Parts: sequence; C-alpha cells; structure tokens
Amino acid sequence: MSERPPGLLLTFLGIGIALLYLPMLVMIGYSFNASPLVGIWGGFSGQWYRELVQNAQLMSAAWLSLRIAFLAATAAMVLGTLAAIALVRFQVFRGRFLLTAMVNAPLVMPEIITGITQLLLLISMLHLFGWPHRGMFTIVLAHVTFCTAYVTITVQSRLASADRSLEEAAMDLGAGPVRAFIDTTLPIITPALASSWLLSFTLSLDDLVISSFVSGPGASTLPMIIFSKVKLGVSPDVNALATLVIGVVGVGVVIAGMLMRRADQQRQRDLQLAAQ
Amino acid sequence: MVFFLVPFGFALAISFAETAIRVPPYTDVLSIDHHHLHLLLKADNYRYLLTDPVYVLSYLYSLKTAFFSTLICLAIGYPMAYAIARTSRGTQTLLLLVIILPFWTSFLLRVYALEGIIREHGLLNQALLWLGLIHQPLKLMHTAAVVCISIVYSYLPFMVLPLFATLEKLDRSLLEAAADLGSPPWRAFLDVTLPLSMPGVIAGSMLVFIPAIGEFVIPTLLGGADNLMIGRVLWDEFFGNRDWPVASAVAVVFLVLLVGPIALYQHYQRKDLEVAA
Repeated sequence: MSERPPGLLLTFLGIGIALLYLPMLVMIGYSFNASPLVGIWGGFSGQWYRELVQNAQLMSAAWLSLRIAFLAATAAMVLGTLAAIALVRFQVFRGRFLLTAMVNAPLVMPEIITGITQLLLLISMLHLFGWPHRGMFTIVLAHVTFCTAYVTITVQSRLASADRSLEEAAMDLGAGPVRAFIDTTLPIITPALASSWLLSFTLSLDDLVISSFVSGPGASTLPMIIFSKVKLGVSPDVNALATLVIGVVGVGVVIAGMLMRRADQQRQRDLQLAAQ
Repeated sequence: MVFFLVPFGFALAISFAETAIRVPPYTDVLSIDHHHLHLLLKADNYRYLLTDPVYVLSYLYSLKTAFFSTLICLAIGYPMAYAIARTSRGTQTLLLLVIILPFWTSFLLRVYALEGIIREHGLLNQALLWLGLIHQPLKLMHTAAVVCISIVYSYLPFMVLPLFATLEKLDRSLLEAAADLGSPPWRAFLDVTLPLSMPGVIAGSMLVFIPAIGEFVIPTLLGGADNLMIGRVLWDEFFGNRDWPVASAVAVVFLVLLVGPIALYQHYQRKDLEVAA
C-alpha cells in the first residue's frame, strides 16, 4: 500500500485535517489579539498571557491539576500493569471474567455515569468509614480508576506479543521470577508503560465531568475553572492558556514522533543485522 | 500469586464502585435512617421518569444526535483513513501524528476554540458576510446542527484511527484480483474493501457513539434550551435540583437501555473474533 492515493481521497484528507486544525489556529490568533472582543482585531499584544500568569485562581488550579495528573498517572500505570500481567500470564483464574469486565467498563461507559457512580461510592464510604472526604484525594482516586483501564489495555497488547521464552531462559540461568521479569520483560514493555503513563496524564489533566462529581469544596481543577469561565462568555486569557497547552502538546508529540521513528529505524537495522 | 492477587483486590474494590452503585437499592445507604422509605421511593423515581416527558425526549434526542454525529464522522473519517492507509509508511506515521495531536490537547479547550468560530461575531460569520453570501450573521449557536458539528469535530480522531488500522492491513492483491476479474474500482471497493474494513467501521462507530450519547460539555456550551441531551439532564438533576435518587434512576436507565446493549454486543463480537482466530 504505498502508491500515491487518488486526488479525491487526498482532498478529503486535506479538508478533514484543516477542519481539525482551523479552530485551534484561530484561537491561537485570538490569544494575541489586543481587543478582548472576538472578531475584532485590535493589534498584536501579549497582555492575555500576562493576565494569565497573574490570575492566581487559574494558576493554583493548574498546579492542582498537574499534581493530580501526576499521581493518578503513576498509580494507574502500576495498577494497570499488574492487571495486564494477571490477564496475560494467568489464562485461567477465578474472577478473570470479572476482571476483564471491570477493565473494560470505564472504556465503554459515558463519563457522566462513571462520575455519578464514583460519587455515590465515595459518599457511602464516607458514611460507613468516615473517610475519605471529598477533595484532591478523591479526584486522584477517581482518575486512577478510569486511567487504569487504559493502561491495562495498552500494556496488555504489548505484553501478549512479548516473548515469554526470554524470561524462561533467565530463570533457567538462575534468576528468580521477579528478577527475570525485571531484566527481560520489563524493558520490552517499557514503551507501552511510557505511552500509557502519558495517556493517563493527559486524560486526567483534561477531565472535567468526573472531577466535577467527585471534587469537594476548595478543590477546583483547571478544567473546572475553564468550564465555568467559558460558560459565562468570552475570556481571552483562556485563549492564551489554550495556546500554551497546544504549544506544549505539539512539541511533545513532535519529539515523541521523532523518538518513535528512530526506534523504528533502529529495529529495522537490528532485524537486518540479525538476518545476515 | 502477588501479581494476580494485588490487581484483583484493587479491581474488586473498584468494581464495587461501578457495579454496586448502579443497582438502585444502593442509594438507600445514603439515608441510613429511612431504609424502608427509600426503597419505596425508588420505584417512584422510575415511574417519574416515564411521566415527565423531559426524560423520554432527552433520551430520544441524545440517541438521534449521537446517531447522526456518528454517521457524519464515518462519512468524513472513512476517506481520510483510506487516504492515509494508501500513503507510504513514513508519511503514514506523520499523518497519524497530525490526526492524534488534537486529541492530546484539551477536549474542553477544543470545544471552546470551535465556539470562537461559530459564535455570532465569529470567524465563520465574518467570512460569509465578507464574501457577500449572507447579509445577516447566522445564528448558529444553540442549534442542533452545531451540537452535531462539534461532536464530529471532537471525536473524529476516534473514528479515523481504528479505520486506518483495518484499512492498512488490507491485502491489496485482493483488489487487483477483483480488477483482473473485470470489477470496476467502485465495485471492487463495495465488494472487497468495505466488507473487510467492517471491524474498523464498527469499532470507530462505537468509539464515537458512546461518548457522544452521554456528552455533557458540548450541549451545555453550544447547545440551546431545546437541545437537551441526557448527559445534561443528568447533570442538572444532580447539581441543579440536587435530586440524587432521580439522577441515579436516569443513570441506571441510560445504562440499561443505551450502553448495556452496545457493551454486550462488543463483548460477543470479540468472542466471535477469538473463536475465529
């Protein structure tokens, strides 16, 4: 499949990509607009960025969101990997069906339902044990729940394609099971771990609906603040914020793409060497 | 054993979060002193859902919106995925990155970006006015069309990626064989490409349909008073009216009627695939 696709298809592709990017480009443009009114160009200005940095509410929400995302992504990576190992390595065990169902449930559930059910659980836990009070901790907990599902799926597919015999060879050479796993399988699934961590981090950072349900007084994440600002009308500093987000993500994705490409080329070379 | 028990224990705890709560009697824990009262009330909540047309209408409206959005996504996403699948490998990686990049940025911010274009004094109206195509700014905000458009805009990557995955694996020699046997290209497409890409079509449609049907952000920010989607009704019931039992009932019905069948279907389809493999 490597010939030039027909013009019509390329046109469609071009239009589709333009549609995806046009709104973002417009927003980046507005973020430098001196006029606070949408649609009126008042000259180039960086004032919204200054206001953004000076907006203590937005800044503390951003810091809170980053901390939540970091904790949730890290915990989800560990739990999801363990679940993936259980699913791939132990083909038959009691509760396998339950575990599979639980892993998949958050993926097929609209987030508003996940949010409601999580909140009801937290409330009843509070009722029964007097713990946990709603706040940052409960948001992390809820995020771990749905991020774990994504991690499990990602790591599971990678783990399934990893060669088990390497680990067996290590064990024949006298390594304990944990040691064998760390030395052979872990390096193989590391790319999957990294990408699932990043995915979890982004999902957590972006989540509005579930956070709104499980959050308590005083714990407003960045999306919650943005949402309430946007609902009230135009806020140019949100444009500036969005531009920063797009910039960071853009740079990150380009770097990831380059790394992926290099790893791909490296693998090709290794394969060629192996074939010789 | 550790690898098996630890995640299982955690997942078990999580499962209680998600299954137990869906069951209505669970909410009676909320008001521990009124056990019996609450259980009685529960049935009333469901009856209430049927008597108030808001709920039925918003269910239907969500269904309709999600259906059309998915259809449009498919119509735009299929040619895009097909075009990407037919480029060289290096270009493919690049184009996929281009498709995925918006997904990594914030969903909320993207909806907001779209709002900047379609609002009354937004770019679209200005462009159309400037071109002389219209004389009054179009009132696009708070319409059903805009809700649909922004769902398509937000979830298009979800459609393109699984479609690409199946189309890329497609064996080109089958198309050549069809051509050798005298099939015109459109016929070969209908007979070979389309059926073989069905798994991608279904996967992509699910990935768009399910979040679309429970969508809350888009109808709230861009939709009007008459674009009541079930996600928004749920939210209002919960945060606005503070009527948690009714909100839970809405959620349960939502799950049973709309998401349950889809999830079951997906489960059995995967089983079929495993059997076939």
